[in-house]
Amino acid sequence: MVSDFGYILLFIITAVTFCAVALGGAFMLRPNRPNIEKLSTYESGEAPDGNASVRFNIRFYIIALLFVLFDVELVFLFPWATVFGNKILIEETDGVWGWFALSEMFIFIGILTLGLAYAWVKGYLDWARPVVKNSNYQSKIPASAYEKINQKY
Amino acid sequence: MQFWYFLTALTLLSALMVVLSKNPIHSVLYLVFTFFCISGHYVLLNAQFLMAVNIIVYAGAIMVLFLFVIMMLDLRRNMPDSKSNLTKLAGAILGGTLLVILVAVMRKTQFPQFSQMGGKFDTQTGMVENLGQVLFRDYLLPFELVSILFFVAMVGAVMLGKREAGERNF
Repeated sequence: MVSDFGYILLFIITAVTFCAVALGGAFMLRPNRPNIEKLSTYESGEAPDGNASVRFNIRFYIIALLFVLFDVELVFLFPWATVFGNKILIEETDGVWGWFALSEMFIFIGILTLGLAYAWVKGYLDWARPVVKNSNYQSKIPASAYEKINQKY
Repeated sequence: MQFWYFLTALTLLSALMVVLSKNPIHSVLYLVFTFFCISGHYVLLNAQFLMAVNIIVYAGAIMVLFLFVIMMLDLRRNMPDSKSNLTKLAGAILGGTLLVILVAVMRKTQFPQFSQMGGKFDTQTGMVENLGQVLFRDYLLPFELVSILFFVAMVGAVMLGKREAGERNF
């Protein structure tokens, strides 16, 4: 008999085997004729300019740090979720326990949301948007000329 | 027991690959795999909450930070070329000393035997439910204070990394 974690192990083994069989089978069947064009990075159909290992701005790190903090917060939700809906505790306290646990968690998340709201209000999450330049170039060809060509062809 | 040997071999192998692989991105991916193997060890030790934390926080979040650090180092310019022999010697001495200290500590430590605990060993200590019970019974105020700590960390990170006026995104 397989235990519960045995099932997870079976799932992991199945996933690995599936990927290995699919990719390995494709590797055996496909012709292998690489050239420079095929091996170059696809970049919206343009010729790639340099490679991806450029220095990114330190501001990306803020997003990652915010993610880490909310991730750690999520860890605290696990033990809360196991006791929040506990039937024995709710019955013993005449239903007060459920409201108590819920409000505790709302305070917990609320303080963290305050931090996110602070970053948001201060505008640290905004990106500097490029200013779109409006050119005041007036074409000498009237729009009806294009219209005529479209009609013709 | 057989599975434990297999998992340990896998962990050690992937941990070695972290150090040995030349590409830093590959190192990070091997480190993720190492963390998953360690999570398997936690499952074998009946510490399921630690397993979840290890996967969510370490394999998820800390690895993202590692990747960001790699993105911020300019790898084209700071490619770790072959180190001098002096650097290698210093690294070997440092690592070897740490290994000796760890081995000495492990040999000196007296692990409590089951008989010394008076038969009060609880196999269910590491379960999430027990942690929730303890957290919401004995440690309710620290639990709420943790959120203040997170708040401070968040504001501090945001303050340190804020964009100066006129700075470019890239």
